[in-house]
Amino acid sequence: MRKVENNKAWLLVLPVFLLVAFSAIVPLMTVVNYSVQDIFDQNNAYFVGSEWYREILRDPRLHESLLRQFMFSFAVLAIEIPLGIGIALMMPTKGKMASVCLILVAIPLLIPWNVVGTIWQIFGRADIGLFGWSLTSLGMDYNYASNPIDAWATVLLMDVWHWTPLVALLCYSGLRAIPEAFYQAARIDRASKWAIFRHIQLPKLKNVLVIGVLLRFMDSFMIYTEPFVLTGGGPGNSTTFLSQTLTQMAIGQFDLGPAAAFSLIYFLIVLLVSWLFFTTINHMDKDK
Amino acid sequence: MAIQKSRNKNIGITLYILFILVPIYWLLNMSFKSNEEILGGLSFWPTEFTLENYAVIFTDPTWYMGYFNSILYVGMNVIITLAVALPAAYAFSRYKFLGDKQMFFWLLTNRMAPPAVFLLPFFQLYSSVGLFDTHIAVALAHCLFNVPLAVWILEGFMSGVPREIDETAYIDGYSFPRFFGRIFLPMIRSGIGVTAFFAFMFSWVELLLARTLTSVEAKPIAAIMTRTVGAAGIDWGVLAAAGVLTIIPGLLVIWFVRNHVAKGFALGRV
Amino acid sequence: MSWMAWTQTTAIFFSVIACILIAMTIFEIKVPSTERRGFLPIETSRGDRLFIGLLSSAYLHLVFLGFTEIALWVPLAISVVWVGIVLRWG
Repeated sequence: MRKVENNKAWLLVLPVFLLVAFSAIVPLMTVVNYSVQDIFDQNNAYFVGSEWYREILRDPRLHESLLRQFMFSFAVLAIEIPLGIGIALMMPTKGKMASVCLILVAIPLLIPWNVVGTIWQIFGRADIGLFGWSLTSLGMDYNYASNPIDAWATVLLMDVWHWTPLVALLCYSGLRAIPEAFYQAARIDRASKWAIFRHIQLPKLKNVLVIGVLLRFMDSFMIYTEPFVLTGGGPGNSTTFLSQTLTQMAIGQFDLGPAAAFSLIYFLIVLLVSWLFFTTINHMDKDK
Repeated sequence: MAIQKSRNKNIGITLYILFILVPIYWLLNMSFKSNEEILGGLSFWPTEFTLENYAVIFTDPTWYMGYFNSILYVGMNVIITLAVALPAAYAFSRYKFLGDKQMFFWLLTNRMAPPAVFLLPFFQLYSSVGLFDTHIAVALAHCLFNVPLAVWILEGFMSGVPREIDETAYIDGYSFPRFFGRIFLPMIRSGIGVTAFFAFMFSWVELLLARTLTSVEAKPIAAIMTRTVGAAGIDWGVLAAAGVLTIIPGLLVIWFVRNHVAKGFALGRV
Repeated sequence: MSWMAWTQTTAIFFSVIACILIAMTIFEIKVPSTERRGFLPIETSRGDRLFIGLLSSAYLHLVFLGFTEIALWVPLAISVVWVGIVLRWG
């Protein structure tokens, strides 16, 4: 859409700017301030320069949780994006069934994250949960609380359960936007199912998929509550992701300086990835 | 052949919905059992149906006030979010202005930023202005990710409304506030509904900030649920009942926006 | 404000950032920039180039901190030159 140049529009944006500045810029400045000091209490803070950064950047806890985090986020994308597309293609398009289906699929998204953790905590237990019980009765030695691989699988399965609906609904709305005429033309050409998907549906899905990948990557990158409730980050540290490592440092041990340095490094990663996505989205809009 | 294919589709989607519903059913199932029955052995439905667990929640103020607190700050958050995001989204969808792209990007980074990063300073910030353990503190903190998201979604919906409508209204002598309130907002009703739904949803499901910024007065239900871990182990029945009760508000809200929610998930961009 | 734990260094840091932003805004009002293609693979406006320069500088500092013991003046000097290059030719 053509837009009119008008700097008075700033007046409309001002409330948002002030609100978000209050809850983003002020805290972020504080984090920067903390990150260069050794803080004991309000009146006892000593300037230590870049020491915390050196310490954190060489801290194996950061390296390990960063590695785990990336592995987790990529696994999440690799499973949820194709699965979401598939489900969107299977969802009914017309009638009452379509609404019912939509709502049922959306349910996991509406559950508080700690309850999602609780649901799977219960569901995966061998004594009282159906999932754990079934696996154990099939003769598998499954225990998410003591076996790191099981813990990983359960956290991953939980995330797939929890967030695939988001991808599916995004794709579903993308598919709904394709005019019926396209399909009719394809039918006249006797296009195969695959050809329809490849040349009609997938291009239309490109926009929503970028949003889907962005949201899923970012949200899985800050995952905290669900694994915290399910495994508590364990066994050992095997399911401790970035946010949890940070929270332990900040709230658990109250190491303000190192936690602040950690926060900024974390934030810089997020900033870079967001910028890459944002630039991609803008360029796709321009191509249109 | 076409019938065969649509049958495969139906089987596929049914299996997926089962995958979604079974864990929830299990929670529901457990919420109607006594703890003895839960720990006594696995059963697919409650053999001795009991409402005991729900009774615990509805008679104990620390429990039901948790729901009240959560709903209160979520409601505040939805109102604040819509109030500030609507004009801003209009500006982004209609005008070019200095730094508009940068501003939009900066807003989005706040949606992407992990709440854990803001945890410490938030605690200090809200304590220093005397808002710690109030509902408004949590509502404001949740604005950090809800406002950018709302601007993003609303901008998408608003861009779908042709500019000519604005121009005609201005020619007809409408002032901006009158046009905005009388003509424009009713036109994007569904967008506003969906945005409110998303603001509700993300504020309702968040735990980390809500837990950190409250202690007693405004403690959300999610934080209270951790209380079920007692000296005698976990009170599974009550935990399950509390979990079931947290799902209900979401279901009620999504029912109202069911026809537009798909477009909303695409952030108004289809 | 005491809870924000200001230090001289960070105060200078934020003042410099604020000054750059103000200067860029004034510059932009006086001489509006258009998007163009430089040695960076995408079309950028002046503000984009500033952001790219600053973000990459931040990463440069982290690299120096993480892998070397060199004092931060070195990456700082490199960054200033780098931001200049990106703004002019990026």
